[in-house]
Amino acid sequence: MDLSSFNSDFVVFLLLLLSLIISSLCAVMIRNLLKAAIALASTSAILTIVMFILNSPWAAVFELSVCAGLITVVLISAISLTGEKPSEEIVILRKKRLQRFMILPLILVVVAALLWISWPYLSNWVPKIVSSEVTFQEALWNIRQLDILGQIIIILAGVFGIVVLFKEREVK
Amino acid sequence: MSQILGFILIVVILIFIVGFYSLIVTRNLIRILISLEILMKAVTLIIIAAGYVTKQTSLTQALIISMIIIEVVVIAVAASIVVGLFRKNGTLDSLKIKF
Repeated sequence: MDLSSFNSDFVVFLLLLLSLIISSLCAVMIRNLLKAAIALASTSAILTIVMFILNSPWAAVFELSVCAGLITVVLISAISLTGEKPSEEIVILRKKRLQRFMILPLILVVVAALLWISWPYLSNWVPKIVSSEVTFQEALWNIRQLDILGQIIIILAGVFGIVVLFKEREVK
Repeated sequence: MSQILGFILIVVILIFIVGFYSLIVTRNLIRILISLEILMKAVTLIIIAAGYVTKQTSLTQALIISMIIIEVVVIAVAASIVVGLFRKNGTLDSLKIKF
């Protein structure tokens, strides 16, 4: 995709960014928790497309498989394990919740307008281009070796935490 | 190039506001996890954009992969804590939970 000038590719990219905002807004505003989790998965899927466009295919694959897949499964299983409330209580909670979130789209519009006004200052904020590009394999396995070790420890800690917390207590 | 980074920066700020507002306002524990996820998406997007502009996508991808792994472990452990709290208290409301 050619994003260097204002053409049809650029417009498609802007639409993707817009859909990213809308889907994240849906994820926090939808009343049903299950639908909110699915909206979050769609946010991850759209972010994956954006990552592919921005030349990051490896991170995009991880984002799609782990964030859109695994985290959605974890959230949906947590939602199903926590169950539903009585219907009268749900109606009262939904009304209160809607009142709290009504102001959020307004805040977004105001902040977007402020950012649009301060556009000349924002467009000057650009990191400097560094020419020495390394390969992904070299970056992951050679430059960030300590991170890999940390990741292994974190995964083990996570697995241990889940096993301990999901373990059923013995009934005396 | 700076134009695209500016657009992405605006989108990141808006997504961050969505996640942060929801994190402050909501009382349901699972919704708090969803808000945390949205904050992480905003951070992921700005790191990827920075890598694209500086032509250092390899380094940023390695960083993002580390971030995704930490993210999934945090969410998995937090979800199991939420389930444990629900079993003990019978509610997901953060104001009604007793530790």
